[in-house]
Amino acid sequence: MSAGTPRVGVVTFPGSLDDRDAVRAIAFMGGIGVTLWHADRDLRRVDAVILPGGFSYGDYLRTGALARFAPIMDEVRAFADRGGPVVGICNGFQILCEAGLLSGALIRNRRLRFVCRFVDVRVETSLSPLTDGLVPGEVLRIPVKHGEGQFTARPEDLARIEAEALVTFRYCGPGGELDDEHNVNGSAGSIAGIRNPQGNVVGLMPHPEHAVDPDVGSMGGQPLLASLLAYALARV
Amino acid sequence: MKYRFQVVVSLKPGLLDPQGKAIEGSLPSMGWANASNVRVGKYVELVVDAGTEAAAASQVDEMARRLLSNPVIENYRIVGSATELRFEDVQ
Repeated sequence: MSAGTPRVGVVTFPGSLDDRDAVRAIAFMGGIGVTLWHADRDLRRVDAVILPGGFSYGDYLRTGALARFAPIMDEVRAFADRGGPVVGICNGFQILCEAGLLSGALIRNRRLRFVCRFVDVRVETSLSPLTDGLVPGEVLRIPVKHGEGQFTARPEDLARIEAEALVTFRYCGPGGELDDEHNVNGSAGSIAGIRNPQGNVVGLMPHPEHAVDPDVGSMGGQPLLASLLAYALARV
Repeated sequence: MKYRFQVVVSLKPGLLDPQGKAIEGSLPSMGWANASNVRVGKYVELVVDAGTEAAAASQVDEMARRLLSNPVIENYRIVGSATELRFEDVQ
């Protein structure tokens, strides 16, 4: 393995589901997928960390509420504080919000509807590890599959998220249009993903790791993971 | 000394509660058309071993704030006063 290949760690918590997909997607995109274990305190010299989708700790208490106390999360937090790229996908997004690494919270979808389908998401900023080098306004087709993905925040936090351009993705129509019909879970501002003010931590409900291989329907996740690898490589 | 507490966690008033709405929608079909404002929350019971009741209550308040509830979306209240327990009560 060359020094120029970024190592991307994927944390497995009890109840994680998409950890293997994430490792495979990283390898598919030319990176090195590194498995990380929730009970360890070792990030295995990775250049980026993914918190994958699933139902960590059975979603007990609240989604993501218990995973944030896993030993590995101390290391993830320190890594993020040093500027390391951290990506939370679906349950990983919920964990980042519960851990306070991102603002807001994810609650039950509008009308209690579990959604499992392809959606269109619009890139809102290039200032995140997933969208570095992408053009705001670009629309990507990526699947979602969640029951608790409705983004919400305190009114003052929501105003700050918008004012500081922390919104990274919004649910939209095929042409990028924002409307209630395409807001798949009722999220405030159609928000599908946000970043932190420093721009190195990002979370989103859609699953880019399920959309890299043309054999499974969409390649909308490719630009995002390619961005992550390039972003991580710049730090190697 | 062991003290028992009950903590009730509820969604903040401004937040839509889809579970509450679903229950509210079901009640009229059972003949209770006069019920409204249904909200679903969580109930947590716990026992704290502490030197004084005040110390136990203060600890429960912190636990409720930092783990049992998410202050972004939820309120909590500690129900009832702490009760001193006999040993067999907590077996």
